Amino acid sequence: MNPPAPRERTHSPHAMNALEILGLEKVYANGTHALHGINLQVAEGDFFALLGPNGAGKSTTIGIVSSLVKKTAGTIRVFGHDLTQNWFEARSLLGIVPQEINFSQFETSLEIILNQAGYYGLPRPLAMERAEKYLTQLGLWERRNDLSRTLSGGFKRRLMIARALVHEPKLLILDEPTAGVDVELRRSMWTFLRDMNRGGTTIVLTTHYLEEAESLCQHVAIIDHGRIIERTTIKELLATLPTETFVLDLDTVMESPPALPQYALRMRDRTTLEVDLARGQDMNDLFINLTHSNVRIRSMRNKSNRLEELFLSRVNRNPEPEKGNGQA
Amino acid sequence: MVRREVFKVAFATIVRKEVNRFVRIWPQTILPPAVSMALYFVIFGNLIGTRVGQMDGFSYIDFIAPGLIMMSVMNNAYANVVSSFFGAKFQHHVEEMLVAPIPNWVILAGYITGGVLRGLAVGVVVTAIAMCFTHLRVSSVLTIIAILLLTTVLFSLGGMVNAIYAKKFDDISIIPTFLLTPLIYLGGVFYSIDLLPPFWKAVSYANPIVYMVDAFRYGLLGTSHTHLGAAFAIITLFVIALGGYALTLLERGTGIKS
Repeated sequence: MNPPAPRERTHSPHAMNALEILGLEKVYANGTHALHGINLQVAEGDFFALLGPNGAGKSTTIGIVSSLVKKTAGTIRVFGHDLTQNWFEARSLLGIVPQEINFSQFETSLEIILNQAGYYGLPRPLAMERAEKYLTQLGLWERRNDLSRTLSGGFKRRLMIARALVHEPKLLILDEPTAGVDVELRRSMWTFLRDMNRGGTTIVLTTHYLEEAESLCQHVAIIDHGRIIERTTIKELLATLPTETFVLDLDTVMESPPALPQYALRMRDRTTLEVDLARGQDMNDLFINLTHSNVRIRSMRNKSNRLEELFLSRVNRNPEPEKGNGQA
Repeated sequence: MVRREVFKVAFATIVRKEVNRFVRIWPQTILPPAVSMALYFVIFGNLIGTRVGQMDGFSYIDFIAPGLIMMSVMNNAYANVVSSFFGAKFQHHVEEMLVAPIPNWVILAGYITGGVLRGLAVGVVVTAIAMCFTHLRVSSVLTIIAILLLTTVLFSLGGMVNAIYAKKFDDISIIPTFLLTPLIYLGGVFYSIDLLPPFWKAVSYANPIVYMVDAFRYGLLGTSHTHLGAAFAIITLFVIALGGYALTLLERGTGIKS
């Protein structure tokens, strides 16, 4: 199943930034310089993706915004509230879904949600109402009295989302929310998050899956070596891919790819052909050439490594960490 | 929402969570001190105590009862906070509080209250057991309440500092084993300070636990080796110093933020 098409959203030029990061630096105690003066703005109502390879600085950035990692320098504002000076207001507007499971293994789903509601000052009756609402929406209400450690990985992920939503934040940040979950759950999470965004919640997510960003997000930033190296719309980003790889399932059994030197062709197996189409190369021409070579195509799909390609193209373009930040 | 209201609800949530925790695992938290106390009373009180004779004018079992109750209260207040807060760090669910709009002093107050409540709960249980073996009298209710509160707060704060620094489970047993247990055993629980030679008697007065045990014993038996006012002043100073230190560590993010 193809991911749903991205929605085009427009933002008022006067819309407030949900998140503003200015000159964010992080040097860890061991001397690792994780962030080099990051600047980033996310408009209110946006669905924003922060992409980057492992160790690029995504989780450090999210950690600082979540108040779990100490910044070395810089400013963070949540809906205009400085996270250091006006931490109460800023944190009240934020919901965080971390990458790793971080709830008590000895409490039930309901206890976890009620406790989190309590930390945000929700009175018990309202907390119970919200717990029922979000546990139901995420398919966990029937399992509300189960100890969290007995839940499957997918349910644990959903529980973390329900927990982050119980105080109904205006800005929801998800750090790789679908890492390691099955396709069905990933799709249902996408639908849920899309509905949240439609309801007015600004969402920032980090992900390794370009399909996820492509399906959900309008704007995207790429972080590498602790610097923002790209800040654009998802459409523009994909348009800059130097090549796109397609997988062709063949009706013809072949031992070697057809002799078409203008294309980068390779056999994955005797009935599957891979082709890298460079920008400017036409798909119709490819089909015509393959037909002339007596190759019959049964079906075609994208190879799901476009993010890797994109990273490689960006990182190769920006090999030196000294390069300046992209401004959001 | 008004900050004060949020802080109140958050504090109540932490306390409720802490109480639920130690009640849920009562075979690990309430039962062991009850069993230990029963054994102490049988062995030291009934079997050996009858041969020891009088101590400070009281039968031996009467003399050690306040110290034994205090020992359980101290150990449990400490154990509750150190294990709970370290567990929250270990499982990372301390992050639930760190991302929320609550200041560190509310987190500290919530955990300390949890430790105080467990210390008092165990105190009630071991007192009930003590009453099976001896007739406990009450000399000063006010002294008993004040010293129990101050002591449980102090030991809870100690547990918090230990948990903040702890990196592995071994680290939460080192202080209780190598520092607290010797100080408690040498704190006049089982003997009168007057029995010690002058030098060791003077050394004992440097042990803050002596003041806690002695003040509590005064509350029950009406006898004391230390000045009650000095005892309260010393314990209060320790509470302020350790409380300030624990709060500073939390503000710095020591052990909980990278």
